[in-house]
Amino acid sequence: MRSLQGIAGSALERCDGPAGDSAFVPSPFLPTIPSIASQSPLSMITNTVIAGLGGQGVVKASDILADAALAAGFDVKKSELHGMSQRGGSVTSDVRFGDPIHSPVLSPMVPAGEAHVLLVLEPTQVEVARPLLHAGGLLIAPDILEDGALKNRKSLNVAMLGALSTALEIGEAHWQQAIQANLAEKLHAINAQAFAIGRARGPGPGLSQGQR
Amino acid sequence: MNQERLLLTGDDAVALAALHAGVELGTGYPGTPSTEILETFDRLGGRAQWAPNEKVALEVGIGSAFAGARTLVTMKHVGLNVAADALFTATYTDVDGGLVIVSADDPGMASSQNEQDNRHFARAAGAPMLEPVDSQQAYDYTWLALELGERWRIPVILRLTTRICHAKTVVCPRPPGQRRVPRAASSRPDDAQIERRFRRDIPGRVMIPAFAKPAHHRLREKLAAISDWNEAEGPMTVHPAASTNDPNGRSDADPDGTPRLGIIATGVAAMHAHEAAPGVRQLNIGLTYPLPLTRIRAFAAEVDRLLVIEEGDPVLVEDLRAAGIPAEGKPERFRFGELDVARVRRIVAGDDTAEPAPAKGKPPELCQGCSHRGVFEALRDLDCIVAGDIGCYTLGVLPPFSAMDTCVCMGASVGVGLGLRHALPDDEARRVVSVIGDSTFVHSGLTGLAEMVYNPPKTGHLVLILDNETTAMTGQQEHPGTGRLLNHTPTARMSFEAVARAMGVQNVEVVDAADKHLSLKERISALLARDETSLLVARQPCVLAAPKIRLYEKAAAEARTQTSTACAAVTDQ
Repeated sequence: MRSLQGIAGSALERCDGPAGDSAFVPSPFLPTIPSIASQSPLSMITNTVIAGLGGQGVVKASDILADAALAAGFDVKKSELHGMSQRGGSVTSDVRFGDPIHSPVLSPMVPAGEAHVLLVLEPTQVEVARPLLHAGGLLIAPDILEDGALKNRKSLNVAMLGALSTALEIGEAHWQQAIQANLAEKLHAINAQAFAIGRARGPGPGLSQGQR
Repeated sequence: MNQERLLLTGDDAVALAALHAGVELGTGYPGTPSTEILETFDRLGGRAQWAPNEKVALEVGIGSAFAGARTLVTMKHVGLNVAADALFTATYTDVDGGLVIVSADDPGMASSQNEQDNRHFARAAGAPMLEPVDSQQAYDYTWLALELGERWRIPVILRLTTRICHAKTVVCPRPPGQRRVPRAASSRPDDAQIERRFRRDIPGRVMIPAFAKPAHHRLREKLAAISDWNEAEGPMTVHPAASTNDPNGRSDADPDGTPRLGIIATGVAAMHAHEAAPGVRQLNIGLTYPLPLTRIRAFAAEVDRLLVIEEGDPVLVEDLRAAGIPAEGKPERFRFGELDVARVRRIVAGDDTAEPAPAKGKPPELCQGCSHRGVFEALRDLDCIVAGDIGCYTLGVLPPFSAMDTCVCMGASVGVGLGLRHALPDDEARRVVSVIGDSTFVHSGLTGLAEMVYNPPKTGHLVLILDNETTAMTGQQEHPGTGRLLNHTPTARMSFEAVARAMGVQNVEVVDAADKHLSLKERISALLARDETSLLVARQPCVLAAPKIRLYEKAAAEARTQTSTACAAVTDQ
């Protein structure tokens, strides 16, 4: 994508680095992060959007994804609108991550039509959220889980993250750690199970060039 | 040792900075997107409390800062309207402790009644303003606001927006050795032994005209000095830092004669701009009032086209033009709503064509089991004219209820209802009802009730308090009517019905909205028929808060038992 290539290729200064405003100049020979960026070394930011309805755990799912990406060593930004979300309305949450040195994330919001992956938790929201997805991006819809696949529908958000996890280069240990950090201990077992169920039904590794 | 690397919202970053900087009191009123700041500050061990409204919060904050304590006051953008009376004179005074006022603006109105731009307040009140671009700067600027405020003894506004408050970005906090602890909690003997004493400063703090006239001059002198500091060492960044191919620093000089573009940006818009216009020279300003105009002029001289990327009103671009710096703003359509990368690309390209409409999702609604549902069904069936207010219950305006006719600001339901009653013919006036939530009533409804008693319409009036025993809209915060503090432990409880009786309201009734035998329609009709002033409290806990309220009450009961057992043990001895 044009804009992302531009960022990675320009001499931008980091605003959000630990040392304040230390400048960095990217190497012309950018190392690739494994798999996901291997086909396009210059576009190394992954844009994910999670969509659903208030009460489904969209924000919780994006918290888990963001923590897992951070633990995997990426720079991460996450953004959504709170406030009305608890009243059952449509909710989307954006998570963007990239190499912290060579492609730090700038805007916290995924531009419409530029999501590489769109994870939808509620069937009615698939068409609502579809315009957010990049042409050729990867859509993961809730119909990958057959009825009755989950013991508790409340763990749907984590099951869907399991499916998402197969498409992203974030190790399973980071996912497990993030799930445990974001949920009460009594929920760990059922959510570990839900994650495994989703992971078994995921689309698999490696986003195509179009999905990048 | 690796530096701590945390993924925090801007709100959490402000709370963490307040803790690390030794803030001794945090106070405010809940309001999206600012609410989480004080909740996090409390969870981290800071002293945080909810005030009845933002004006009281700021007044408490001013007193705390007069006493030398570092103080944090938080509110959403419209909250600063309520606190403005205190703000405009607080800037005349000399505060001893750092006083940081967080204004959390909501461009795009994710959860607000307007999208006012509070950068105007900095200029109108003479308050220095800092605007972070992400959570790291939210952390850093909270510290900086305290330090600037103490150096010049002036309150400082930290302006956040929804995408700063609620976006999570990486924060590296100051290492433990560089933090401060509140004096009260300090274990260092030097700190613990410093006893805070009142420092009398009548000309600096008593704003009668004789003292306020010189105080206004002092304020302008402070701002001039802060402006000089901003020019010399203020928080700003230029990207790219230096040219790699042009000794004159004109890095994007184009050999084919294309005008050199330079962008000046603030807040989260600076991040969108970096992404939308990669490689373009960009100046990000952190202390946005008073502005570093000399630095900006120098930046402007290096480019042919100076573009200002700012969310909301054209505040910065008009300041630059007033200073004689030729700057280009955004087309008028971008004043409305949030900016994002796509919109900034359009601004940079000079594209003023219609934008694609965002997808229409499912709108929010009153929860199933919500205690407000029955009330709005009754008001709808009675064909009442409903003066509404701010809270979850504003959703009563949507189908299937469509039972709200006005909503303006916190507390307006009472005054607007009275005004409608005064002006409408009697048969219509008798249908007017004011509907207000419990937290909103404490915030701004009390004075409306005084007005009702003092200037009653000839048809009387009915105020309905929808008491769900929490501040539901913002995420179930406590308030003076719940009888619990911010951390959910017990305190004195304000009784709405006792207040109304004491104020002189003629009919005061309380109903349990969950009562199956209750006919709200009959109760409301009976009160409307009386041509008297009436207050009806419809009480039923928020369906989402109820389980938590039971836990808080259980914990309080256990604490009471333990205390009485301990007292009995003492007596026995």
